[in-house]
Amino acid sequence: MTLLSVRGLSAFYGSFQALFDVSLEAGEGETVAVIGANGAGKTTVLRTIAGVLPAPASAVRFDGAPVGGRSAHELVDRGVVLVPEGRRIFPSLSVEENLQVGAYRARSGRWTLARVYELFPVLGARRRQPGTNLSGGEQQMLAIGRGLMSNPRLLLVDEISLGLAPLVVQDLYRVVRTIAGEGTTTLVVDQNVSQILPLAQRVYCLRKGTVSLEGRPAELTRARIAAAYFGV
Amino acid sequence: MAWLDTILQGLLLGGLYALFATGLSLIFGVMRIVNLAHGDLSILAAFLAVVAVEALGWNPFLVLILVVPLMAAVGYALQMLVLNRLLGRGILPPILVTFGLSIIIQNALLETFSADSRRLNPGGIETASLSLGSGLAIGWFPFITLVVAVLILVGLQLVISRMSVGRAFRATSDDQETAELMGIDNRQLYGAAMALSLGIVAVAGVFLGIRTTFTFSSGPDRLLFAFEAVIIGGMGSLWGTLVGGALLGIAQTVGAKLSPGWGILTGHLVFLAVLLLRPHGLFARARRVA
Amino acid sequence: MEPAAVRIERTTPASRIGAVGAVLVLIVLLSLPAWGGPSTMRILVEFIALLVLAQMWNLLAGYAGLVSIGQQAYVGLGGYALIVLADDLGVNPFLAVPLAGLAAAAFALPTAAIVFRFHGGYFAVGTWAVAEVYRLLIANTPALGRGSGRTLKAVFPLARESRELTTYFLALAIGVAALGAVYAFLRSRYGLGLMAIRDSEPASETLGVDVFRTKLAVYVAVAFGTGLTGGLIYLNLLRISPDAGFSISWTAYTIFIVVIGGLGSLEGPLIGTALFFLVREFLSDYGAWYMILLGTLAVGVMLAYPQGLWGMLAERWDLRFFPVGRRVSVERVPSPCPSPQGREGGA
Repeated sequence: MTLLSVRGLSAFYGSFQALFDVSLEAGEGETVAVIGANGAGKTTVLRTIAGVLPAPASAVRFDGAPVGGRSAHELVDRGVVLVPEGRRIFPSLSVEENLQVGAYRARSGRWTLARVYELFPVLGARRRQPGTNLSGGEQQMLAIGRGLMSNPRLLLVDEISLGLAPLVVQDLYRVVRTIAGEGTTTLVVDQNVSQILPLAQRVYCLRKGTVSLEGRPAELTRARIAAAYFGV
Repeated sequence: MAWLDTILQGLLLGGLYALFATGLSLIFGVMRIVNLAHGDLSILAAFLAVVAVEALGWNPFLVLILVVPLMAAVGYALQMLVLNRLLGRGILPPILVTFGLSIIIQNALLETFSADSRRLNPGGIETASLSLGSGLAIGWFPFITLVVAVLILVGLQLVISRMSVGRAFRATSDDQETAELMGIDNRQLYGAAMALSLGIVAVAGVFLGIRTTFTFSSGPDRLLFAFEAVIIGGMGSLWGTLVGGALLGIAQTVGAKLSPGWGILTGHLVFLAVLLLRPHGLFARARRVA
Repeated sequence: MEPAAVRIERTTPASRIGAVGAVLVLIVLLSLPAWGGPSTMRILVEFIALLVLAQMWNLLAGYAGLVSIGQQAYVGLGGYALIVLADDLGVNPFLAVPLAGLAAAAFALPTAAIVFRFHGGYFAVGTWAVAEVYRLLIANTPALGRGSGRTLKAVFPLARESRELTTYFLALAIGVAALGAVYAFLRSRYGLGLMAIRDSEPASETLGVDVFRTKLAVYVAVAFGTGLTGGLIYLNLLRISPDAGFSISWTAYTIFIVVIGGLGSLEGPLIGTALFFLVREFLSDYGAWYMILLGTLAVGVMLAYPQGLWGMLAERWDLRFFPVGRRVSVERVPSPCPSPQGREGGA
């Protein structure tokens, strides 16, 4: 069943057009990868879905209902949660408080503080420290954990591996696999193609604001993906 | 010994100033707005208390039960209906709008209550004093004011550090956009912050009205002293405002003792001195909420 | 496509009308003593004083982004400087007015050293705190009359008619000079730098605009203009006290005038001052109500029409009587050949 449906989305920053008629879908329980080079529009798509950027109501449908243009906090209530690019950990809050604020909307579900600490033991060990004291990889875990605390139906992760070492990225993708395994619909944006493709049931490649390729990873060759990614 | 007495008086006065300062500091911490009508709103609360006392015959302390929730509601409405409309428009509109409100409130109070000075009478406690031995005595009421100020500060500290809404305040203060990704509706949150701020300022206003006479134009000075207490104590520190208030109070009482017309001026000069020598105040911290 | 011919224009039909209109108004005002009475002259002096105060505050807040609610410090300092210069130091009272402006500017330097440590809302309160310090210091100085203030005695030897006439022409001169100076400044490259700062400080810094120096220069210049006007005001009123000279009302009036008329334009304060006088005339019997009305208008304008009355009108009809910006006008030269490429695809 299609949980998320984006149709004909065009987005502008002032007079600059960032997205041209983008369409994508995520079925319930699926992991969807959105790949593309810097500036392709991936973050714009995610922010629009999450309600940070405006959109026509019918351009974004979640669980059948048109939610385009609804505010971000409303969408969290409905179960659409964005883990933002750059982590954006709250400096004034401890690790534990960062997680707690993720549960602000108190949606019911399986994710609790205890379960998040199970998933990310390093967070439990440093629960009282300021959130920004953590390393880059740990902060990404914290950001993901924070997103999980609201028990999302759709988890959007923007630029999951940005600025992180390969080993750390491997750990993160193990976590994504676990989360996906629990049945959470996940949309992951990354410039790092090789790690994300094995996990995804569907992949969209963006280039210059349009979808240059879509399909099931198993059916796409490296060459085709590279062509769509770089435009050669 | 006379000096010790003066300093004690100043310390206790600081309690009242801390009450004024706390509301101002909270709003700035969460929303980055300086509410220029802050002082006038406390005087509005004092006048509301006068009306309630005259209408119901209650003791001013009891009237707090009515005035504090009423002012909190006023704060919520003010934020939701007026100040929230200015979000995202830069620093100019909130300054100009709150300044306009300050003038409106003052003139409305003048029209409604005339220029006569008023006072709230709690029936004797404002003149009662507590002897501390060796000739020292402090007034019961200033002491109560300080205790109430400390209690409110403790309460606010608890809210900010333990409660969900306090975390939301701090998160929004850090990064408003990401806070919204947590599901925090910043408009509602700002409404809550303003309600809290005006509730506290209502207590401050009523206590001021018990302590001394006030008129429609007493508001601006309250804002100034609140501001000075925040700056002296250091922005971002809740307990700093208590210390800042105390230092300001002491400066004023000592100055007044040296020369009657110099009380308030001495406070201003101490404020300027702290500003020049320790621009971040005495206890500034990275944490920005109150 | 052929390259387009581009012209940069400053004047528009409206601005030419504005220039002609300004000259006509000036001629009328110059001739006023012949047909208007002394009370009309007095009102005009007041009008000009408020207009200049508003233009000064507009320059500071609307262009430099420095929202001060302590400008009354310079009104008071200017007024007191006038009396000290004229009565105590024997300077000609009319000459003392511009000198009072200089005195105010001198005080602006230490004031800036203090208040420039703040930004935004706290800057505003800081300016007011300093104004209060000045007020209290003067209120505690015996030589300056303490709380009851002082009277300008140096004008007593003059006949009342000639004093009023000279004051009027001085006011006219100040009004024209102030408006002209602000206009010229904004059209100059310093003005451009100022508008760049208003739009984006970091960006203008990277372009080589010395943000701090520019802001300081504007602050001091505005203090001069405000102090000068303070001198004029008290030359007109003849009596000053700390509570009057340093009253927050000066700031309240100017803010309301500028906000309602239109922040960040030269025409706005003109409209605002006119409106202010109208409202005051009509509601003069109703005490504080006129301030309540003005305050509500200002708040309402800020909420609904942030560019003020003039901003609304200017946008509707594309009017600029005192143009400080530049317009780009592009003429497309039609190309004889069709464009070889198709529509650009993608981004």
